[in-house]
Amino acid sequence: MAVRLQREPFDLGAEVARLTEGRSDTGAVVTFSGLCRDRADSGARLVSLTLEHYPGMAEEELSRIEAEARSRWPIVDALVLHRYGRILPGEPIVLVVTLSPHRAAAFEAAQFLMDYLKTSAPFWKSEETDEGEAWVASKSTDDAAADRWRS
Amino acid sequence: MKLVYFAWVRERIGRAEEETEAPDDVATVGDLVGWLRKRGPEYESAFATGAVVRAAIDRRHVKPDAAIAGAREIAFFPPMTGG
Repeated sequence: MAVRLQREPFDLGAEVARLTEGRSDTGAVVTFSGLCRDRADSGARLVSLTLEHYPGMAEEELSRIEAEARSRWPIVDALVLHRYGRILPGEPIVLVVTLSPHRAAAFEAAQFLMDYLKTSAPFWKSEETDEGEAWVASKSTDDAAADRWRS
Repeated sequence: MKLVYFAWVRERIGRAEEETEAPDDVATVGDLVGWLRKRGPEYESAFATGAVVRAAIDRRHVKPDAAIAGAREIAFFPPMTGG
């Protein structure tokens, strides 16, 4: 189980290969990667995203979310990788990988990790467009997505 | 204690962190926000009514009624938009 923060882009294939190498207890691997779109929420053309984070708390909060996923599903390994700094359209922002004996747990745990990460991991996006820079507003749909795991 | 600010809360206040000592009657995170708002227009702007600001004590999310006694680091920031 691991969480990782880095400035550089990541290679999804290499991360999955590292997690599955030498394992024979894993029947399912689910990956989710979030990419940077070329449009801002306003519809303007996006030049770049800048991800600000709370060093220390970001790692700790991701670890808490991952521990919660482990307590709910029989996952044998997981990775949560989040970038910070300047990110260009088309580049990856976040990666979640879950490994489990069967697919249902891997799918559900990956969705849970993303839904919780969105609303509780201390990261903030600022969008740079032709019209200037603006902080991205949080979305009520993200809160609703996280809330459904609380029932 | 140390106060740290992120994203537009940091921009409105004009600094990323500061050391401060609040009066004894400032017992909770909500009290602290009320006390900070009286320190100047930059704090008033950051914590204005209607602006949703979240808080963490020693790197854990807390609600406005959380006690601040013993806190080493209190963070204020907007709702999160990572992922």
